[in-house]
Amino acid sequence: MSENKNEGYVTADGRKIGGTLMEMKNITLRFGGVKAITDISFDIKEGEIRAIIGPNGAGKSSMLNVISGFYVPQEGEVWYKGARRPSMKPYEVARQGIARTFQNIALFEGMTVLDNVMTGRLNHMKANMAQQAIWKGAAEKEEVANREVVEKVIDFLEIQSIRKTPVARLPYGLKKRVELARALAAEPSLLLLDEPMAGMNVEEKEDMSRFILDVNDEFGTTIALIEHDMGVVMDLSDRVVVMDYGKKIGDGTPDEVRNNQDVIDAYLGVSHD
Amino acid sequence: MFYREAGDFKTSYTDDNQTFPIKFDRYRYYFVLFVAFCVIPFIVNDYWANAVLLPFLIYSIAAIGLNILVGYCGQVSLGTGGFMAVGAYAVYKLMTAFPEVNVFFHVLLAGGITAIVGVLFGLPSLRIKGFYLAVATLAAQFFLVWLFNKVPWFYNYSASGQISSPERTVFGYAVTGPHASAWTTYLFCLVFVTICAIIARNLTRGSVGRKWMAIRDMDIAAEIIGVDPLRSKLSAFAVSSFFIGVSGALFFSVYLGAVEVGEAFGINKSFLVLFMIIIGGLGSIFGSFAGAAFLVLLPVLLKNVLVSGLGWPTDLAAHLEFMIVGGLIITFLIAEPHGLAQLWRVAKEKLRLWPFPH
Ligand SMILES: Nc1ncnc2c1ncn2[C@@H]1O[C@H](COP(=O)(O)OP(=O)(O)OP(=O)(O)O)[C@@H](O)[C@H]1O
Ligand SMILES: [Mg+2]
Repeated sequence: MSENKNEGYVTADGRKIGGTLMEMKNITLRFGGVKAITDISFDIKEGEIRAIIGPNGAGKSSMLNVISGFYVPQEGEVWYKGARRPSMKPYEVARQGIARTFQNIALFEGMTVLDNVMTGRLNHMKANMAQQAIWKGAAEKEEVANREVVEKVIDFLEIQSIRKTPVARLPYGLKKRVELARALAAEPSLLLLDEPMAGMNVEEKEDMSRFILDVNDEFGTTIALIEHDMGVVMDLSDRVVVMDYGKKIGDGTPDEVRNNQDVIDAYLGVSHD
Repeated sequence: MFYREAGDFKTSYTDDNQTFPIKFDRYRYYFVLFVAFCVIPFIVNDYWANAVLLPFLIYSIAAIGLNILVGYCGQVSLGTGGFMAVGAYAVYKLMTAFPEVNVFFHVLLAGGITAIVGVLFGLPSLRIKGFYLAVATLAAQFFLVWLFNKVPWFYNYSASGQISSPERTVFGYAVTGPHASAWTTYLFCLVFVTICAIIARNLTRGSVGRKWMAIRDMDIAAEIIGVDPLRSKLSAFAVSSFFIGVSGALFFSVYLGAVEVGEAFGINKSFLVLFMIIIGGLGSIFGSFAGAAFLVLLPVLLKNVLVSGLGWPTDLAAHLEFMIVGGLIITFLIAEPHGLAQLWRVAKEKLRLWPFPH
């Protein structure tokens, strides 16, 4: 596999990966005295599935939070679509085409599944207040057009039957799926998934893996995901970043990472000294 | 089994988006509109207009407004009385400064002015939440009442410090002032209620409404999907205050006719409207009507039954009213935060299946 900085590559299963979509350069993030991330650099290429793995507290979620604008790193640069990204609010990041799910589900509990997924379309809905107050015309047209997109996502994730159910009544596994639906409805260029399969049984994990692969395959969506289940990571991802204690200790294809001594040590719990 | 949705299939997303997706509901809605516009105006008398219909209509607008802020956007407010006062004083200044302009537009403009004031007092909502925001709006309540008492310009330097509404006409019929008749004042308010309810319904079913609800349910997640929290909250403050301003303007100009600000728009008013939406149902337009109807009718009913019927002393009946309202608030807060509207929904769900339980 040849891997030049700004060029794509071809994966083992023959998919063509494009140029760099996002690049993190020397990111350092501190909370008071705690260093959650120390001088980490890596890139995400267009069309790939990029995994971030590491033991608990390694700083994986913090890294996603930097990408989605929740945390502002003390040092380092974030490059997106070929330009350095200035410090941004999370909603501005979202408008740039980055959608995500959370480690602890963050759905709108008081709304139905349909409304939750429709919120994913908010960035695509442009009718102003006056048009919405009148409804007939621009607002209604826009609502119907976006509803069509949402229904496709709902079909795709096979949640048709719970469309009108309030989210609060759903079991955990389905909530995770609805959260993915909301992120997909935004038609993002970059999709961030924080432990999409945590707490799921084998069957649910298989479903979720299939959805992730299908999303990547059908829409060409670039995906960065955090996952603890190594089997899943090895199956799904094209390249893997390994973090431990806020540092990057490995980066490469699943096979390369699996054979990396530092990674093996971190996972087998060799003492740090 | 006459109430059902089976066989009432939706073949387009437009149909599915209707305000009343079930046929029976739709007919009932047309029926209510018909009675409200074409029957009641012919039979309404002064007692019914002043004791029941006008307060019900005017409080419904305020309740819809507060419900948008509290029930849909999750921002608690105790400033309703103060914002109603803004509407009242704005309409007073407009009516006296531009007597040649139709009072209909004065009321709308008063709503607009209240919206601007509401946005100003909504600014802290970006930084503070829940209890602290409630205290900030409470401060707005007291400040506004103080302001209208203190600055004579607001009451046109009248000796009494009160404002009183001059006679204004619509299509030649007086709607304000001592010569306004029951049916004109009723219809005038009804038009505003209808407009406000339709606007509120349209806003809450579209993208603005979803932004509000997203902020209410989880502001962090709302931000991550692209909702600008400040703009959404302020838009809720603006729309909410617009409705509350309209209701304050009508309350003063059409209903009371003369107003002393502390008495008419004090903190009691803020609580009254808040109780209406808690009892009626947070996050429901229908609930706003139900709550307003309930709290307007309850004292009338108690007075008629207990005082006139059974000969109880008036103050005893009034105390009983406090106890009933207090008890209901606690019950609804604990057992059914979605209020009467939810009870209504549950009843409908039961009806839908009746007489077959499964
Ligand atoms: N908001 C915060 N304030 C203070 N410390 C934080 C904050 N967020 C994260 N940390 C710290 O940063 C470190 C990395 O946390 P992070 O949540 O990124 O780990 P993680 O790799 O996602 O772990 P897990 O696998 O358990 O989800 C931890 O030591 C955590 O305590
Ligand atoms: Mg984490």
